[in-house]
Amino acid sequence: MDHKNWNGFAAGVWRDEINVRDFIQANYAPYSGDAAFLAGPTARTEALMKKLQNLFALERQFGGVLDIDTATVSSLTSFSPGYIDKDNEIIVGMQTNRPLKRSVNPFGGMRMVRQACEAYGYTLSPKVEEEFRFRTTHNDGVFRAYTAEMRAARKCHIITGLPDAYGRGRIIGDYRRVALYGIDRLIEEKKKDKAALAQNAFDTDNIRLDEELYQQITFLGYMKEMAAMYGFDISEPAKNAREAIQWTYFGYLAAIKEQNGAAMSLGRVSTFFDIYIQRDIQNGVLTEETAQELLDDFVMKLRIARHLRTPEYNELFGGDPMWITEAVGGMGEDGRTLVTKTSFRMLNTLYTLGSSPEPNLTVLWSTALPENFKQFCAKVSADTDSIQYENDDVMRPLYGDDYAIACCVSAMKVGKQMQFFGARCNLAKLLLIAINGGYDTTSEMRIGPQMPVMEGDTLDFDEVVARLGVYIPWLSRLYVNTMNIIHYMHDKYAYEKSQMALHDTNVDRFMAFGIAGLSVIADSLSAIKYAQVFPIKDENGYIVDFNTVGDFPKFGNDDDRVDLIAKDMTHRMITELRKTPTYRGAIHTLSVLTITSNVMYGKNTGATPDGREAFAPFAPGANPMHNREENGALASLNSVAKISYDDCRDGISNTFSITPEALGRTEEERIDNLVHILDGYFGKKAHHINVNVLNRETLMKAYENPEEYPNLTIRVSGYAVNFNKLSREQQREVISRTFHETI
Amino acid sequence: MTTSSVYGRVHSLQSMGTLDGPGVRFVVFLQGCPLRCHCCHNPDTWAIDGGTPYTAEELTKRALRFREYFGDEGGVTVSGGEPLLQPAFVREFFTRCHEHGLNTCLDTSGCLLNDDVLDVTDRMLLDIKYTNDADYRAYVGCEMNKPLAFLERLTEKGIPTTLRQVIIPTVNDTDDNVLVLKRIAEAHPNVDKIELLPFRKLCQVKYDNMGLTFPFGRLPEPTKEHMAHLQSLL
Repeated sequence: MDHKNWNGFAAGVWRDEINVRDFIQANYAPYSGDAAFLAGPTARTEALMKKLQNLFALERQFGGVLDIDTATVSSLTSFSPGYIDKDNEIIVGMQTNRPLKRSVNPFGGMRMVRQACEAYGYTLSPKVEEEFRFRTTHNDGVFRAYTAEMRAARKCHIITGLPDAYGRGRIIGDYRRVALYGIDRLIEEKKKDKAALAQNAFDTDNIRLDEELYQQITFLGYMKEMAAMYGFDISEPAKNAREAIQWTYFGYLAAIKEQNGAAMSLGRVSTFFDIYIQRDIQNGVLTEETAQELLDDFVMKLRIARHLRTPEYNELFGGDPMWITEAVGGMGEDGRTLVTKTSFRMLNTLYTLGSSPEPNLTVLWSTALPENFKQFCAKVSADTDSIQYENDDVMRPLYGDDYAIACCVSAMKVGKQMQFFGARCNLAKLLLIAINGGYDTTSEMRIGPQMPVMEGDTLDFDEVVARLGVYIPWLSRLYVNTMNIIHYMHDKYAYEKSQMALHDTNVDRFMAFGIAGLSVIADSLSAIKYAQVFPIKDENGYIVDFNTVGDFPKFGNDDDRVDLIAKDMTHRMITELRKTPTYRGAIHTLSVLTITSNVMYGKNTGATPDGREAFAPFAPGANPMHNREENGALASLNSVAKISYDDCRDGISNTFSITPEALGRTEEERIDNLVHILDGYFGKKAHHINVNVLNRETLMKAYENPEEYPNLTIRVSGYAVNFNKLSREQQREVISRTFHETI
Repeated sequence: MTTSSVYGRVHSLQSMGTLDGPGVRFVVFLQGCPLRCHCCHNPDTWAIDGGTPYTAEELTKRALRFREYFGDEGGVTVSGGEPLLQPAFVREFFTRCHEHGLNTCLDTSGCLLNDDVLDVTDRMLLDIKYTNDADYRAYVGCEMNKPLAFLERLTEKGIPTTLRQVIIPTVNDTDDNVLVLKRIAEAHPNVDKIELLPFRKLCQVKYDNMGLTFPFGRLPEPTKEHMAHLQSLL
């Protein structure tokens, strides 16, 4: 098959089957040069960005939400076209008819929409209430099936943040397919798949898939309608870079109009775009300036994407994130780098448009990346604190060279794999419940296997481990079953029609479980093993506090005695989880990632044997607990690097903050040293790192005088936030974290 | 190398040193110093006894855990205290590091010369604290000819050397002082770098906790601008 819009592209199997990777491999131009070629923003870009800055300021003044349309349910075509400045936009398309106006999306659950409207002084329109009165939402379905124990687990916060009241997200459509093939071809292929499916026996799985295909095809049609409203016909392949970006963006826009998933990631588009940009530059259609301008305009659209959330949601996922994660860089399976000039251009948007948490720019780091690119990344990190790094050398062998990152750290092959998102369980709380024989002292609820409270003057390590041997299997089974219900219902009542239309018909599925409080439980077990932990009981005989006497090894000091406890804990969790089968045969995976929920998890957890006070925050993700590191930053990195990606295929998040002074004396030294740190950390098979190069004083000033730091961006756990969008509590927790500084 | 019998007394370890020698370095601060510099940042390293005992072998194993981060420039640095108070230990540690291909760097006041250590040192960070003997006697407690003799030996042996000086307002923050330092460097072809470090008083709390007076505690820290000016003279 050929198409006139593919002129100049090298042929390959990509023309005969849907295969974006093959297209990229056949056509992209690796770039190993430096950043000197990059252009700055055009006057048009600057003027448009200024408008956005004003809108962002207004949004802040309005308490975080500028406007809500409470009467129009979000869908691909329910809003008339919206613009920032119609005549001056190069890439168009908006979720609603005005920038930063949020829509309601009750498919995941009605209650959350209602509460979100109320929280910002609005009332959900009776018209929407009426429309959904006889309609089952995802949330309705889940709560019909939840058992009493599942409700209890949710209520006492042993498992929290479950996507049972809103879209699950963490699915990445292969939005590039819209650009490369055009919608008509995609519909044609889906129709072929549907016809082929009809040849099989119609069991439950095939009937479900058959209906899903029907919905996918319908929504591909809606995508065309949506684009037509903006004056574009996306039936055919894109014929130039501007169209390629526009078509791709329409694919993404369809997804975020249809779904309000927690994480709505973009995928891996930069090097794909580069092929079109190169062709246009060769044809004299684009210059470096206008190429950058295209990227800038696209990224501006991503920066105004919004979903309507409740304040409770913000407590879990602070800063109003969308997780529009774009994976940049990496190496190809053939040894060529996937870094192109557009990888640089994408990162350059942090200069042309200023630093920003979105899109969530994620560099796929390999020790084999071109040195110039490494240097540029390090410079961007030091200047903007806006990018994160993930280890391409551990992911590529598993996912090939066309995977992307959903949310923060979840790898998946673009268009071929998806995941069932599952938030996380609280291991520190589990330890306390185990010690108290099935009683949670913070919620005052009985849960799990029942046995006597632990006896003795001090806690016995072997006995505590034996108890965990009962409670971990109990929690794991409950967790898998809970997730099975959630994702069964999500497929049934809020299936991702647009996104799955941009996947292969037969996909691999992951079921992503998570843990919070890893460093708390590791240090607590270490305290029980190496120091003396005297439990303190309340008047009812429950253990509510601990008196820990003596020193003990603490996670974050490259000390195997405790680091291996942490590693072993993740291994035990995933091993137990695997024992309970998943919905749709999904592959069990595990993450050590908290987003900003480490504050909330801490708030719901009593005092722990490591000396952490009751209700104090946990460290984020896989981070060591704050200020327990005694041997400097690399020892801390080494500890985290010991946690095995084999056990935690859904990612291991580490957030690293260092003062500029501690990184080196000159800018050049700081960049070189940061590159060495990243090479070293990933050379040890670590998975992920957020890098912040900043002073605690800056954050304290921003805490006191937020108006003076409107754009201060920092990396938290797996994503970046505008510091001012965090709650005061979350801000304090970020300030209290370990900053590696000079002595 | 045979099993070690020498123990070193270690004050502390810094797994990520970027300020004591080129690149990313594992820095060992040894316990004990014969000097009592008025500007000293680490009074807690003075006592000759104390510190955590390590064999050179243990310390080498520790350092090797960080080798992935060192790149082609980084390695290990031994600082202090005064590391040359424990020369046998430093020599053995550096020798073992060399066996594993790690670059070695020594940070010293230059008041104690020891050829055995110099022979296994890839780079020297030599503190030339002042550029006249009177200041040396008043604020360090040793004669200036000691570090100068040390520097001569480094030149004879051709050991790449960085000269360092802490710039202390009202004491040595003049153009003349920096120009003298520059001349000293120029007279020694093995010196390829001069680092001027701003005097800092964060350590006041250490003195307070130890019940000691910080002799230069009354002096101000230099401004960024003045540091930049002095740097421009080099």
